[in-house]
Amino acid sequence: MTKKKLKGLGTGDYIFVAICVIITIICVLPMIHLLAKSLSGADYLIKGKVTLWPRGFNLDAYKKVLGDAKYIRSFWWTAFLTLVGTLLSLTMTTLCAYPLIFDKLKGKGFINILITITMFFNAGTIPNYLLMKSLNLLDNPLVLLIPSCLSVFNMIIMRSFFYGIPDSLRESAELDGASFFTILLKIYVPLSKPVIATLALFYAVGRWNGYSDALMYVKNADYYPLQLLLYNVINNVSNIEVATQEGFSTPGLSETLKAAIVMFSTIPILCIYPWLQRYFIHGVTVGAVKE
Amino acid sequence: MEENKIINNPEQTPQASSKMKIQLTKENKMKDKKWVVYLSRYWQLYALLFLPILYLIIFKYLPMVYVQIAFKDYKFRESVWALPFTKNYGFGHFIKAFKNADFRYAIRNTVVLNLLDLVVGFPAPIIFALILNELKLPKFKKVVQTVAYMPHFLSWIIVASLALQLFAPSTGLVNVAVKALGGEPIPFLNEPTHWVVTYILIGIWQSFGWNSIVYLAAIAGINQELYEAASVDGAGRFRKMWHITLPGIKPTIVVLLVMALGNILGSSFDRPFAFQNNTVMNVSNVISTFVYSYGIKGLKFELSTAVGLFQSVVGVIFLLLANNISRRLGERGIW
Repeated sequence: MTKKKLKGLGTGDYIFVAICVIITIICVLPMIHLLAKSLSGADYLIKGKVTLWPRGFNLDAYKKVLGDAKYIRSFWWTAFLTLVGTLLSLTMTTLCAYPLIFDKLKGKGFINILITITMFFNAGTIPNYLLMKSLNLLDNPLVLLIPSCLSVFNMIIMRSFFYGIPDSLRESAELDGASFFTILLKIYVPLSKPVIATLALFYAVGRWNGYSDALMYVKNADYYPLQLLLYNVINNVSNIEVATQEGFSTPGLSETLKAAIVMFSTIPILCIYPWLQRYFIHGVTVGAVKE
Repeated sequence: MEENKIINNPEQTPQASSKMKIQLTKENKMKDKKWVVYLSRYWQLYALLFLPILYLIIFKYLPMVYVQIAFKDYKFRESVWALPFTKNYGFGHFIKAFKNADFRYAIRNTVVLNLLDLVVGFPAPIIFALILNELKLPKFKKVVQTVAYMPHFLSWIIVASLALQLFAPSTGLVNVAVKALGGEPIPFLNEPTHWVVTYILIGIWQSFGWNSIVYLAAIAGINQELYEAASVDGAGRFRKMWHITLPGIKPTIVVLLVMALGNILGSSFDRPFAFQNNTVMNVSNVISTFVYSYGIKGLKFELSTAVGLFQSVVGVIFLLLANNISRRLGERGIW
């Protein structure tokens, strides 16, 4: 920063900078505290001596998490669900959004109504549950992928992005005899990288962070995504194994372990989202402020 | 159309009309041909739409069949269509629901928590966007934004466990500090009133940054000449904020406010469920978690379906009302 720039700042500016610094600290403080806890020795933790810097630094908690097949398995399972689910959702979203930008599509009005109704009226938890039951999807790993594979809100974001691509591009390709598949693959998809990145982030975060589908439809712990496993560990839900292993004998270690598991399941997202910032800002704006 | 012409024209001889008929069939054939031509060109678009539409029909419309059980007596292994209606003309489950104290609490909690979120949480992103807009250091601004968006990317399970780590009565960082300062530990998450306050504030923490994006975009769309003109007239920072920026983003504020009001009976599941614990069930049980515990855990399908239907219908009515209000205020509707 040059001195010239600093000179242009008045007292008011410093106040705003100070406010922003405080806000930033409030945002990151809990994460830093948790990170410190996850790296600290159990004795310090019990005495409540760990604040923002690890005391009695050690990696035991992480070693334990990384050495426990249950967590590793759940991690890869969630990563798999996130990857496949995101690809599936992006495909479905594109398939739905692209045909709807053609004015010549007959029945477009009807299809739009069909789609809009689902945004305002949801059958509800129990009818959905009974549907999954009748489709034999309960306790089936597919239930974590298929039922939530298309978000109408995201489809609308993508469609409004497609609308922004000049019709002339499409029309000249049509005149050259390109099929609609080709136009989608050669013109629309390459030009829509920003919105695809945005929606990929939205879908991936939703998949990585989601747990309610698994909570309601899956009983087999082998299929638990990371967040549900985390919920059970933190709340000591019916997981006798965890409780006896880490809970009762050394309560402090359990705290570091919890902290380590939280960090372990959060770091992937925290590493990705800053790189997509310029994309998702656009996506959010399209979604909320109609143009 | 052609047929109408024939009827309306009495001078037409039978011969002429038969000629017309031949023409008519020809035109029909042309029409068929048009369809063939149309489909031979556009079938690909329908092929592309096939999977998404199938998805919507199976996973969004088919469950509506099961909504009937809100009015019926559910029996396992029997078609929902064949089930008999329940007592009180099919409204028995609704009556039962409203007699249920847990459900009445759930409605109250849903409305109260949503209203508190609205009153306390709605202004937060606006204020944050206004503050960010005043920052003159672009790089610093970007860092602040990135950090402020971070909580939105944490799952509610993570946020709840962060809260537990910070606010636990004996080992939580905040209570350790309180005790060090000679105070009594505060039961942030274990006493109803404290829980509500903590829950609302954590909700703001999680969402204020993310929600500010929309307002920042709206602010970016304000004509810069207005600010220059105001500067020439000697307006200070706050007068510009009050007289230019705020009116400039008013349409966005109104639309989002009306949307939030329309969603006052809506309830997400992930957030309240992650924060619930047995000591605060009276204030933390909302409709979505009530449906989960009664329906899926307690297997009371009819009652929970009735509750869900009630919530959906009231939700739609509120949204329509909200949209209407938004239009009457002279703003664009939500749709």
